Amino acid sequence: MSNAILVVGGGFAGLTAAIEAAELGHEVYIVEKMPWLGGRVAQLNKYFPKLCPPSCGLEIQFQRIKNNPKIHCLTLSEVVGLSGKKGDYKVKIRINPRHTAPHNVDFSLLASSLEGEAPSEFELGLCKRKALYKAMPFAYPARWALDPSTLSVSDSARVAGDKFLDVVEKPREIVLDAASIIVATGWQPYDMANLANLGGGSIKNCISNMQMERLASAFGPTGGKIRRPSDGKAPLKVAFVQCAGSRDENHLSYCSYICCMATFKQCLYIAEQAPQTMITVYYIDLRAPGRYIKVLEQVQALPNVKFVKGKVAEALQAPGDKVTLVAENALTGQKSRIEYDLAVLATGMQPSLAAGNLPFPINLDEDGFVEDGSAKGIFTAGCAKMPLDVSRTAQSGTAAALYATQIIKGASNGK
Amino acid sequence: MANKIGVYLDKSNIGGGLDIEALADGLRKKWGELLGVVKVVPVLAESVEEVSKDIAEQDLDGVLLCGASPRVDADLYRFPPHNGQAIQVGHVNLREQCVLCFPTSSDNSFPPSMLEQMARDYLNMGVVRLQKTGVSEPAIVRGVRRILVIGGGWTGLHSALQAAKSGYEVVLVEKSGRYGGAVNNIPVASPLSPPWTDKQPSNLQDLIDEVLANNKITAHLNSTVARLEGEPGEFRAHIQCGEKALDYEIGAVILASGWTPLDPKYLAPMGLGKSPAIVHAGQFAKMLVEGTVNARRIAFVLDTTLAEKAFAASANKSDDKVAKDETAGENAESDGENMDAPFVKEDLESIRHLQYSNVVNSVGMLRQANIICDRTNDATQAFIIYKNMAIPGILERFYRKMQNRLGIMMTRADVTSISDRGDRVVVSCENTLLGMDFDLDVDLVVLPCGIVPTTALDLTINLAYRQGPDFPDLTLFDGFADSNYICFPYETRRTGVYAAGCVRQPMTMDGCMEDAAGAVLKAIQCIEAGDHGVSVAPRSGDKSYPMFNFVRCTQCKRCTEECPFGALDDDEKGTPKPNPSRCRRCGTCFGGCPERVISFADYSIDQISSMIREVAVPKDFKKEGPRILILACENDAYPALDMAGLRGKSWSPYCRIIPVRCLGSVNAIWVADAMSKGYDGVLLLGCKYGDDYQCHFVKGSEICSRRADNIADTLKKMVMEPERVEQMEVAIDEYDSVPDRINDFVARITAIGPNPFKSM
Repeated sequence: MSNAILVVGGGFAGLTAAIEAAELGHEVYIVEKMPWLGGRVAQLNKYFPKLCPPSCGLEIQFQRIKNNPKIHCLTLSEVVGLSGKKGDYKVKIRINPRHTAPHNVDFSLLASSLEGEAPSEFELGLCKRKALYKAMPFAYPARWALDPSTLSVSDSARVAGDKFLDVVEKPREIVLDAASIIVATGWQPYDMANLANLGGGSIKNCISNMQMERLASAFGPTGGKIRRPSDGKAPLKVAFVQCAGSRDENHLSYCSYICCMATFKQCLYIAEQAPQTMITVYYIDLRAPGRYIKVLEQVQALPNVKFVKGKVAEALQAPGDKVTLVAENALTGQKSRIEYDLAVLATGMQPSLAAGNLPFPINLDEDGFVEDGSAKGIFTAGCAKMPLDVSRTAQSGTAAALYATQIIKGASNGK
Repeated sequence: MANKIGVYLDKSNIGGGLDIEALADGLRKKWGELLGVVKVVPVLAESVEEVSKDIAEQDLDGVLLCGASPRVDADLYRFPPHNGQAIQVGHVNLREQCVLCFPTSSDNSFPPSMLEQMARDYLNMGVVRLQKTGVSEPAIVRGVRRILVIGGGWTGLHSALQAAKSGYEVVLVEKSGRYGGAVNNIPVASPLSPPWTDKQPSNLQDLIDEVLANNKITAHLNSTVARLEGEPGEFRAHIQCGEKALDYEIGAVILASGWTPLDPKYLAPMGLGKSPAIVHAGQFAKMLVEGTVNARRIAFVLDTTLAEKAFAASANKSDDKVAKDETAGENAESDGENMDAPFVKEDLESIRHLQYSNVVNSVGMLRQANIICDRTNDATQAFIIYKNMAIPGILERFYRKMQNRLGIMMTRADVTSISDRGDRVVVSCENTLLGMDFDLDVDLVVLPCGIVPTTALDLTINLAYRQGPDFPDLTLFDGFADSNYICFPYETRRTGVYAAGCVRQPMTMDGCMEDAAGAVLKAIQCIEAGDHGVSVAPRSGDKSYPMFNFVRCTQCKRCTEECPFGALDDDEKGTPKPNPSRCRRCGTCFGGCPERVISFADYSIDQISSMIREVAVPKDFKKEGPRILILACENDAYPALDMAGLRGKSWSPYCRIIPVRCLGSVNAIWVADAMSKGYDGVLLLGCKYGDDYQCHFVKGSEICSRRADNIADTLKKMVMEPERVEQMEVAIDEYDSVPDRINDFVARITAIGPNPFKSM
């Protein structure tokens, strides 16, 4: 028997669930695949409705983790096996090597001296990273990671002598006991390659909304200046293509919840940096749930933002690395073919589990969302269950924490 | 108070060419026996065992770790108590905020001695801070394991059940004579669970039966909370139950008091009240339950522009009124007695509630159209006219299914008029998806319903608090009992009271169920925190709490009025009564205290004053430069500075940074101390404030800005320029710009010239 809770995924849902349960006095393990916690939220520049930096919310969460010895974070880790039953699971976890010392060392000088490069996963391919890297300035754990496969020959010689690096560190496996499990595996941006009519990700200066977040971010590839990836120029004419994959039987059967709000937010980024930029938003419905409507009103009040009800049928490369969008206005029937300096595809969310196998006895629906595992003591939080925004993710994580604690024997008095 | 401190200088994380051994020597010489151990270790993280050994052998009660920022690796440095004595752990940030931020570029260089001075100052400040850090005895409250759930609707019933399932007793209070609230009229709900495509029975009666049969739950109909007094863990709730008055001890409260439909007057521009064939969704739900719907052509109108336009004009007028009221309010506020005036509940209902209910209405109308088509085998023609179909997320699947339903026709349109023509109602539609404008003839028009949270209209909770019986900030959230904490739902500014369901935000029934569970978790957490005498979020687990030296208190009431969480009550004379379990430990109370009678065991006026005085301020302004004190909020500004350092930014080495819990805790005496010591300027770095506040304690940075006058007075008394003190708003991601802003401030101070006290 165990009194611990296993949380799979260290994004906002998993963090919330883990911290809330631990602050009730429970032992919690967070298993995160990436070298750092924070998930998708760590990639966001701001979140609505206040347009405040998500690293502020993460900073509080990380502080709460640091102050709570009951929370155990396993990064670069995956669940590879599960046995037992509700209330008494044995979970096998593979911990992949970080290749760096298990404490904070500032590797920035060494890292900048390395020559090998790989496309940055965190920056969604907008720039390269070195073999030795720390994806965000607020990273937690505040430790660098080394990816030996990116080392050049001379890099290998450089890192070989560093006593805080261990290039040959091997993965290891551990087994943990857990009474209940919270699945908080989150989401992936819907792959633009699937959107053949919108260029399949091969059109220059036709980017995804998550890439836009990185362009706007102070620690992103452009230091927060919104620039065209092809030539670094400030775009004067920008289009947002809503429902790029979402609400489409051929792609995602659901609405991804956040893309309208993300676009409104990104209109505000652009208007703040370069108010003269002309923006067009092609949409099916403008979905601003509840009080978020205030953000929509803020965008509607901007003089240079135009809304066109209509789905974009096609995106094409135009001369000067511009993007031509072919669309039909659903109200007037008017067809248009307009060139933009930058087009942003509001790609939706695909549950991470859609891609792979999770060694859990839970059912996924046809889109890869978790249906229900509560009878087995397995609960779902956040976007693994359905598309949600950050606020509703926190709500969902808190609820999952309650359900998970209810499984633990003797937990009834909270001690 | 740490009496024997071990100091460890982490060679691997200091660098910068500093002579670390010399710094260690300096510490030994200056502090003598206070420092039981002073060591330079090659790698601190690998020396944890050595530190533990020193603690045991040298009887240390504090360790001071000098190297990287306290924000990194803190998990490595937890030392268990030794001989029953807690070990205080302090940090000196010599990496991010000393070596790394030291300007080294050729055009802006400072002699290495400047870096040494800075390091020495920070080390001495660290020692004195630790010396003045005490161990808190937790302020334990009883932790009554009983939760009061206000509201017996869908959210309240689910909350009660979840709390009981977690082993807690529940008192459920329902205002009306019937449980279930609005769901009484929703026997068939929109999808509540996967696959999110089909209607689901709400099974309300089963839920009510389960709640009433649960022996942990005591439920009362026709009851209201007449008064809630005390503090989390040991509230006392007075329940008015019809004629009877009941008293309960309560640990925490879930506010699930729900909503009422928007006043029909707001829907009059859409025809409500002008014809029996025009109803709103709430009325239609009732008709469905009663089986009185005979119409065969029904228009569900989601476009609310007609109502919005009609009320936009009057809203502008009332804005003027609000503006006037606000000025009146400010005047009243400056008259400190305002809070003692009788409480008047402000009516916050408005047309906005109709707009905010867009999702609930979109989903609700799909549901209603579906029911009527079910009943009549699609013989009824249901038209759904929308401007934006607001069905975000997974419920798109339900929407898609309804799109394929024979009896349901949907189009986007601008509805320009709704008029009763006797035998039919005509809905005029423009800009439709059908390529033309048209008039739709129907037998019945269903209008959306506005969700008005009960907190917009009524005093739901009746707090016996010094700051009044209601929630603060309701105006900011249009009457919803919500907070600006995106990352932390459920929080209100009244610790131990957690809002759930439509009183917090308009939400569909599946959202309410989840909300109920989340609020229960927060309520339980709060009870257990009280039981252990620790704080709830954001300073979760903090044992310290404000202690008062009442002998010196002048009953000025500032602390009781300013506390963002209403933690302090007072007696007739005005002596503050602390309620530790209401407290979030921000220190705003001591920031405002003119007599400095409030302190935490591990954070106090004296502690920070001592740190300020520990800096060696040079007398020669011209040669050695000014000295600037930066008080930085530890939540956002301090991490931003850390990141600036790591990102290779630098700022003037004339600055000395002290982290504070919140700018709300900044006391004017610190400014006075700095000025008497000879500093030339003081910079306060805190969170953004205003409607979109980012302050973790909601009001701290705002209150600090309001105290600027106090600080200016302090400076004037000392015959100094008020420009020597400045507050800046810094967001956590402004790490690239904040160094420049600091340098600009230093330049302004340099231009003003030396502090005249310097030479004294």
